[in-house]
Amino acid sequence: MSTALGLAEAEGRFGRYGGRFVPEALIAALEEVETAYRAAQADTDFQVEFAAMLRDYAGCPSRLYEATRLSAELGGRVLLKREDLNHTGAHKLRNVLGQGLLAKRMGKPRLIAETGAGQHGVATATVAAYLNLSCTVYMGEVDTERQALNVARMRMLGATVVPVRTGSRTLKDAINEAMRDWVTNVADTHYLLGTVAGPHPFPTMVRDFVRGIGVEAREQCVALTGDLPDAVTACVGGGSNAIGAFHAFLDDAEVRLYGFEAGGDGVETGRHAAAIGAGGAGVLHGARSYVMQDEDGQTVESHSISAGLDYPSVGPEHAWLHDTGRAIYQSVTDTEAMDAFALLCRTEGIIPAIESAHALAGTRRIIPELAAELGRPPVVIVTLSGRGDKDMATAARWFQLLDGES
Amino acid sequence: MSVSVAFEKAKAEQRAALVGYLPAGFPSVDGGIAAIRAMVGAGVDVVEVGLPYSDPVMDGPVIQRATERALAAGLRTADVLRTVEAVADAGASVLVMTYWAPVERYGVDRFARDLAAAGGAGLITPDLIPEEAAEWLAAADAYGLDRVFLVAPSSTDERLALTTRHCRGFVYAAALMGVTGVRDQVSDAAPELVGRVRAAAPALPVGVGLGVRDGVQAAAVGRYADAVIVGSALVDRLLSAPDAASGVASLRQLSEELAAGVRAARP
Repeated sequence: MSTALGLAEAEGRFGRYGGRFVPEALIAALEEVETAYRAAQADTDFQVEFAAMLRDYAGCPSRLYEATRLSAELGGRVLLKREDLNHTGAHKLRNVLGQGLLAKRMGKPRLIAETGAGQHGVATATVAAYLNLSCTVYMGEVDTERQALNVARMRMLGATVVPVRTGSRTLKDAINEAMRDWVTNVADTHYLLGTVAGPHPFPTMVRDFVRGIGVEAREQCVALTGDLPDAVTACVGGGSNAIGAFHAFLDDAEVRLYGFEAGGDGVETGRHAAAIGAGGAGVLHGARSYVMQDEDGQTVESHSISAGLDYPSVGPEHAWLHDTGRAIYQSVTDTEAMDAFALLCRTEGIIPAIESAHALAGTRRIIPELAAELGRPPVVIVTLSGRGDKDMATAARWFQLLDGES
Repeated sequence: MSVSVAFEKAKAEQRAALVGYLPAGFPSVDGGIAAIRAMVGAGVDVVEVGLPYSDPVMDGPVIQRATERALAAGLRTADVLRTVEAVADAGASVLVMTYWAPVERYGVDRFARDLAAAGGAGLITPDLIPEEAAEWLAAADAYGLDRVFLVAPSSTDERLALTTRHCRGFVYAAALMGVTGVRDQVSDAAPELVGRVRAAAPALPVGVGLGVRDGVQAAAVGRYADAVIVGSALVDRLLSAPDAASGVASLRQLSEELAAGVRAARP
C-alpha cells in the first residue's frame, strides 16, 4: 500500500473524495462497522476463516489464463484474470464473504443489499444462505426486467427481491431504497454494500475484501512471464473489480492501470455512465466523488447496455486515482463492448459479462498504443469480472440470435 | 432573520413553536408559495422549504412523490430561493431543508449569500454532519445564517455534544429511526432523546420531527419539546386533494389544528 493512500485512508478519505454524507441516524452504524472491520483485520482467526472460505467455497485464487487466440487477434499478450470462474460467477463473492462474516461477528442476522446486474444480489443471497442470515435485495425495476434470471436465482437462494419503482428505477435508486431500509432497521441489519462507493468505511473495506484479485494476479503474472505486466485493465461502474485489480500494483510505477467506464451511446450523446469522463466532483450516496449531475446538483440518469455499469457515480478511490494520474480512465461505447463480447466468445470460447466486455474493448484499444510505445507486444492483465450467462438475453437481442428475429 | 425570534415568541407564550415543511415547486412554484403562505397564516411559526432532490434517502414516499413532481415540472434551485423570498416577505421565519449535493453544486458560499439575500434564516441539512460541514459552517458565519443539524436516537452522548455545539437556531431531533412519514404514534424514543439533548446543550432549542400527523400528537410532543416539526402530513394534504384550491384549504385546516395542538399542550 502506498504511503499517501495509507495517510488518506486514516480519515476515510482519498484526497478530497470519500467521507460520510449520510443521515446522523446511520453514523453509529457506520462506526460500528468500522470498529468491527478494524478488529477483524487484526484478528488472525477472522483472516484464516476468510481465506478458507475464499479457497474452499469461492474457488480462489481464480486462474490467470493466457488467452492465446485473443492475444493473436489483439497483438499483445493478454492474460485473463478469471473472476468469472468464482462460485456465483463474479468477483463479487469475495466482498460478500468478507462482509457476511463481519455481519456475523456484529451479531446482525439480516443482510440487505442493492444490485444492478444482479451479480452482487446473487452473491449476497448466496452468502446469506451459506451463513444462515436473512436477506433482502433491492433492485431497480428496469434491472429486474433485463436481469430476470438473476432475480430467479436470488429468490431460489431464499432472498426477498424488492423491485424499486422510484427515480430511474435502476441501481442508484436501489441504493437509495437500501439506505432507507438501513436507517429504519439498523439495529439488526447490515447493509452489504456491493461496491467501493458509499460512506466510509465501505470504499476502504470493500476494496480490502476484493484486493485479492490483484494480489493473486501479480504473483501469477510473475510466475507465468517472469515479470510484472505492462498494464492492468478492468471495467468501472462503482469500481470494485477495478480497485481490487489495481491495488496490488499501485506502487509498481511501471505498471499502467486502465479503468474503462460505460460510454453507452457515446459520451457526446449524453446517454452514458461515464462519471469520471463526463461528470464532476459532487456528493452521492454518502461520499464525495465524481458524479453525473446537472447544473443544479440533481443526479443525471445514466445509461449503459450493462446493468452493472449503469451507475452515475464511481468509488471515491477511483476519483482520487484519476486526479493523481495513477490510473487512466476512458469510456467504451455499448457497440465497442458488444464487439469485444463477440470476439472473446469466438476466439476463446468464453462468454463474458457485458461489464467485462467493456474491459476487453478498452484493452483492444490500448494494446496498439502500448506496443508502439514499448516497441514490443505488451503484457496486459484483463480482469474478467464475471461470466455472461446473466447477459444472454441482452446479447441475443443485440446480435439478433433468437428465432423469429432478423 | 434567525429562527430564534420565532422560538422566543413561542417561549413567551409558554408553548412550543410549530415548524411546518413543504417542498418548493409543489404543486407549482407559485402554487407552493400560496400554500406556504396559507400555512403561515394558519399559525405555523417557522417554515421549512424543501429543496427537491433526485436522491432523497431520508424521505418517505409522500415527500418523495411531491418532490419528484416538482423536479419533473422543471424546478430549479433559483425557484427555491424565489420561494424563500416570497415567504420571508410575508413575515415568516424560513429555513431551507436540503440534501447537500445541490448546495455544493450551486457553490456553498454563493448559496449562503443568496439565501441570506432572499431573507432565509438558514439550512437544515439531513445528510450533512458537522464533521463534513467546514465550508458550510464558515459560510453560515459569514452571512449570519442558522445551521440546523439532526440528531437521532442512535447518536452517542459524544455526538450529541459535537452536533449541538455546531447548531444554531435549534437542533432537529429525529424522533425515530427511519424515514419521513406519518405514524400512528410518535416514538417513545423522542422524550428520552430530547432529555439527552438538553443535558448536552441546555440553551439550544430542540425540535422533534418524523411522525407527527395531527393536533393530538402535536400537543403530546409540544409538552416536552421546544418545537413540533410536521412534514409528510402537510404534504399529503396537497397531494391527495382533487385540485389546488381544495388542497390549500385542507392544508390550512390541518395547520390550524396543529397550531391549536401546540397551544393546548401546556394549558
